[in-house]
Amino acid sequence: MSTTVLTAMQQGLQSCEVCGLLSRPAPGEDEGRCPRCDEELVFRKPHSLQRTWAYVIAAAICYLPANLLPVLTTTTAAGPESDTILQGVVLLWSPTGWPLSLIVLFASIMIPSAKILALVYLLITVQRGSVENNEQRIRLYRMVEFIGRWSMVDVFVDAFTASLVQLQPLMSVAPAPGLFFFAAVVVLTMLAVESFDPRLIWDSASSREVRYA
Amino acid sequence: MPDTDKPLPQVPESRSVPKKRTRLSLVWVIPIVAALVGVWVAVARIMSEGPKITIVFKSAEGLEAGKTKIEYNGVEVGLIQTVRLSDDHQQVITTAQMAPKTESFLADDTKFWVVRPRISGANVTGLGTHISGAYIGMEIGHSSKRKRDFVALEVPPIVTGDIPGRFFMLKSPDLGSLDNGTPVFFRRLQVGEVASYELDKDGKSLSVKAFVRAPYDQYVTPDTRFWHASGIDVSLSASGLSVQTQSALSVLIGGIAFETPATGPVLPPAEADTVFTLFSNRGEAFKLPARDPQTYVLVFKASVRGLEPGAPVEFRGIPVGEVTAVDAQVDAKTFEFSAPVTIRLEAQRLGLKVVDLAPGADLATIRRQLMDSLTAHGVRAQLRTGNLLTGALFVAFDFFPDAPPTTLDWSQSPVQLPTIPGQFEGIEANLASIVKKIDQVPIKAIGDDLQKAIGDLDRALVSARATLDNADKLVDNASKLVEPNSVLGEQLGSTLDEVSRAARALRVLADYLERHPEALIRGKTGEAK
Repeated sequence: MSTTVLTAMQQGLQSCEVCGLLSRPAPGEDEGRCPRCDEELVFRKPHSLQRTWAYVIAAAICYLPANLLPVLTTTTAAGPESDTILQGVVLLWSPTGWPLSLIVLFASIMIPSAKILALVYLLITVQRGSVENNEQRIRLYRMVEFIGRWSMVDVFVDAFTASLVQLQPLMSVAPAPGLFFFAAVVVLTMLAVESFDPRLIWDSASSREVRYA
Repeated sequence: MPDTDKPLPQVPESRSVPKKRTRLSLVWVIPIVAALVGVWVAVARIMSEGPKITIVFKSAEGLEAGKTKIEYNGVEVGLIQTVRLSDDHQQVITTAQMAPKTESFLADDTKFWVVRPRISGANVTGLGTHISGAYIGMEIGHSSKRKRDFVALEVPPIVTGDIPGRFFMLKSPDLGSLDNGTPVFFRRLQVGEVASYELDKDGKSLSVKAFVRAPYDQYVTPDTRFWHASGIDVSLSASGLSVQTQSALSVLIGGIAFETPATGPVLPPAEADTVFTLFSNRGEAFKLPARDPQTYVLVFKASVRGLEPGAPVEFRGIPVGEVTAVDAQVDAKTFEFSAPVTIRLEAQRLGLKVVDLAPGADLATIRRQLMDSLTAHGVRAQLRTGNLLTGALFVAFDFFPDAPPTTLDWSQSPVQLPTIPGQFEGIEANLASIVKKIDQVPIKAIGDDLQKAIGDLDRALVSARATLDNADKLVDNASKLVEPNSVLGEQLGSTLDEVSRAARALRVLADYLERHPEALIRGKTGEAK
């Protein structure tokens, strides 16, 4: 595996983020557009690190209330009961229901936190100009990007439950404040992933390579 | 160390990088907003956090950490968070998170108790707990002092403080069939409940706390009588059989009834927590209050079977007191058994009214004079049968002018009042003396004498017969004398004719003398001329 990378930016070329076409930026100060798909072309996403940091920090802030506040309020004959995600996990934990419990634990607690941690790791390594484990880092980024679109499943399940389980006198389910923070975590991490420019991972590698070649 | 001799193959040209403008991107607004929202939620959460309290229970039965709620009037105001044993393992200490703004609930006299399903005779409560599990009920106190550590009640209070009404303390020698929640009746209307009861510290009586709801509490005056209306009160006494019930409910589960005597003065409603005596029945409750009870002793020589404590003492049919004790004593010298009967007399009922007393008069002296004068006039105590069916006795005072005179010995305590044998007792004694006298008659000697007399009589009869025979003969002779045609008869007839003529002459003379009384002096004149 070679860390010797020649980047398009170094060659004065811009790659399209959508169709991947390499193009030479047109002279002038105007912003360029991909000649094939008309996507806005930039060498690197502007303020990528800063924006990603902002989203990640916002997500991390929201992550606390998302887990500490109840996400669902279940009203049964026994009275209203609010449960946080972790309480739900404990509630589901039974000799037969433990797989479900594990799914909730993974999907709702571990994955969002893993996403935040992964992004923080990527941001720090990029800022420090690390050249190690580039392939693994890009794989990590892809994984985070892939999972992102499924993270809203939790929110959808809760929303569906709340709207479907409305057997008014007997039982009803209503979303609790924690759910909004949870949704915010999901949205903010997705935005963070979106604003992160994975090409930055290679930039330091190439510059380092150039410096110490 | 880089090798300086080696010629550099290709020296890269320095890249000109425009100085990064370090202006903050607008995107930082997002984490700031997130942080603000988070802080706001946290602050709101902390602000809305109610006080934490600890409640100590005897048993944690039905209590679950994080599940058991504290409810006030059905509204959830708290949640049990932890349940643990005390260090000495005797109690259960729970901590509870109260709802926000419940500080004012936590007064010094706020009470907590576990609500479990409870089925008593009168009511069924807490059925909801069958489904939801036990919860903790509370009653908010009125004290201005606040506290955070509470000890839960063992038994849920029947009446919570927010129902208008008043509590009254009833002193009773025993609980009867009372229980928490036992109804209180006024004119057979259920107006309250027994809230709690406890044994007094001296162990001699019970304090029953009864609650009377408004507006019925205004009918409780200082003169009101409370009594056990427990079940069916059947009493068989010297006064006969009496059956008292309040309502079908009280027949089943008992109850307390109260009533104010109609004759008394109109009094203002009694204060809350006024202490009343809980009488065993209505009759007991409505006895005139013993304002000035005096204890006397009566010694009866006859059997006192049927005389029980509580038996009435009557003066010419008016109840004036009651028997308090029936004992037995024996005279060490004569071995004579007797029954000293202690009675309690209320002198007012003998016509001595305290209110009539002249100022400065000594009640005791007046009472003594009264008793002395009554005794001097022949008032004696007597046992009488009140009920022939049961043989129940009562003590009657009445005038017995023939009773041997006696005086009261006021040096004794209690003073002994004179008695005379009862009606049956007297008859019995008389019969006994008659039988004794009969017993003393020498029947055998009398029989012997009688037999002898009969023999004499026999002989006398024989001689009598002879005498009669002689008499017969005599009569026969006599009849012969008076037979017609007998000489004696002839003579008798002529004699009688002579007498008849003499009588006629005498009548003529009498007539003449009547017409001519002077003839007695002058002799027969007129006719002679």
